[in-house]
Amino acid sequence: MSYGGGELLSDISLTLSPGSFHFLTGPSGAGKTTFLKLCYGALLPTAGHVRMFGADVRDMSRDDVALARRRIGVVHQDVQFLDHLPVADNVALPLIVSGRDRTDESENLSELLNWVGLSKRAGALPAELSGGERQRAALARAVIMSPEVILADEPTGNIDWEMSQRLLQLLVELNRMGKTIMIATHDMNLIRAAKSQVQARVLRISQRRLHTAGADL
Amino acid sequence: MTPDLTRITAFLAGDVQADRLVPPTGFTARLTVFVAAAMAFLTVFALALSLATGRLADRWSDELARASTLRISAPMDQREAQTTAALRVLETTPGVASARALSDEEQRALLEPWFGPDLPVESLPIPQLIEVIEDETGYDAAGLRLRLSAEVPGAVLDDHTRWRRPLVMAADRLRLLGWLSIALIGAATAAMITLAAQAALAANAQVIAVLRLVGARDAYIAQAFVRRFTLRALGGAAAGTVLGMIAVLILPSAQAEAGFLTGLGFQGWHWIWPLVIPPLGAAVAFAATRHAAQRTLRELS
Repeated sequence: MSYGGGELLSDISLTLSPGSFHFLTGPSGAGKTTFLKLCYGALLPTAGHVRMFGADVRDMSRDDVALARRRIGVVHQDVQFLDHLPVADNVALPLIVSGRDRTDESENLSELLNWVGLSKRAGALPAELSGGERQRAALARAVIMSPEVILADEPTGNIDWEMSQRLLQLLVELNRMGKTIMIATHDMNLIRAAKSQVQARVLRISQRRLHTAGADL
Repeated sequence: MTPDLTRITAFLAGDVQADRLVPPTGFTARLTVFVAAAMAFLTVFALALSLATGRLADRWSDELARASTLRISAPMDQREAQTTAALRVLETTPGVASARALSDEEQRALLEPWFGPDLPVESLPIPQLIEVIEDETGYDAAGLRLRLSAEVPGAVLDDHTRWRRPLVMAADRLRLLGWLSIALIGAATAAMITLAAQAALAANAQVIAVLRLVGARDAYIAQAFVRRFTLRALGGAAAGTVLGMIAVLILPSAQAEAGFLTGLGFQGWHWIWPLVIPPLGAAVAFAATRHAAQRTLRELS
């Protein structure tokens, strides 16, 4: 995938190669979220080109974008769920909307819930979850379709360090399974913790440009 | 046709999982059902009105085209002779299929509603009535009047046109108004369901955003709403139609002689017509919701 931006972000040229692990960092308001939104087609660039899986988003129909999103798992800082459905249904939502039979995947689902440590909370409503539980549920929802790319926007924004470590652990495991990971964060400790486990590149957005940070972090 | 049918049955059977994605909204749901029921109820009456006035107009114009009456007002001793003379004139008039003097019994039957059954018709100076039936071409009323005035001074021709034509026109106009009402009811239903659907879509903005994020296509999201509104409209319209039909059924049935109001209701196979209302209401709801959903979704990222 290659991206180019304008106005808020300019002269950005980047290609995420499959299986890579990127951190996206920069001051608040620098455009991290905007950059991620460009990556999954929620925003269109005002100039330049964004290509998802080789197709220019400008040429993609709304259905094409929907189908591409099934290959991209997104975790937001303020993750939203369907508040009237229990956690298990929310995690399985991508399966439901893509028309897959949930009963075939029920084993996957329980395994996944176990992996993110939410087995006991499967029947709870999203409103009953703590911040960390919500983030883990969001991660589970993002990966249930076994996407090729996972984009996480401040996934550890409002959870404690221990929980952050656990979430990072999950993302590192996913990367070892061959998924492309991009995490937007300003938490340097998280980046340092990741660097000891995985070959991570750090991208920094400042003054509307994207910089590749040195290895000194 | 077959793939369409399977699509329709699949639509009606629905996807249980998809249905659960949109939270149930009690109030708009009840409003939609109520609107559909009320509109269906009104449609039944508009339909009954249209069909009844249609029947009335047809019957009147039919009789108007065929029958007229000749009245012989003459002293008792000349009545017989003038009647014979008038019948002779009528027999030689082109366009008259048949002419027949009413018997005393028939005249008594006509007067009975006003004077009671014991009227001594024979002893009263009651004009003799002659029923004239036209053939397809019809006769020249003015010419006939002229000939009659020469040969039968006491004859007055009443070809019914004078009072039937405006009635037929009124009945035709009423029928038109009935159909217009049905069209307006349909349009109003569409408008109200569109508003309800837009309210539901706006209230569920978060649901739609989440569904888009996890890769739901627009058609899938729209269907969750469209199906719900269509089924509500179908159910409401069915209830309203049944109530309307019962109401029409228990209308006091007018006597056959009561003329104007004869059977505001359905006759024979016309009872099938109101059964069209629920599917039609569902179709209106389907189109209105689909349009609203597609327009709303296009505006979202």
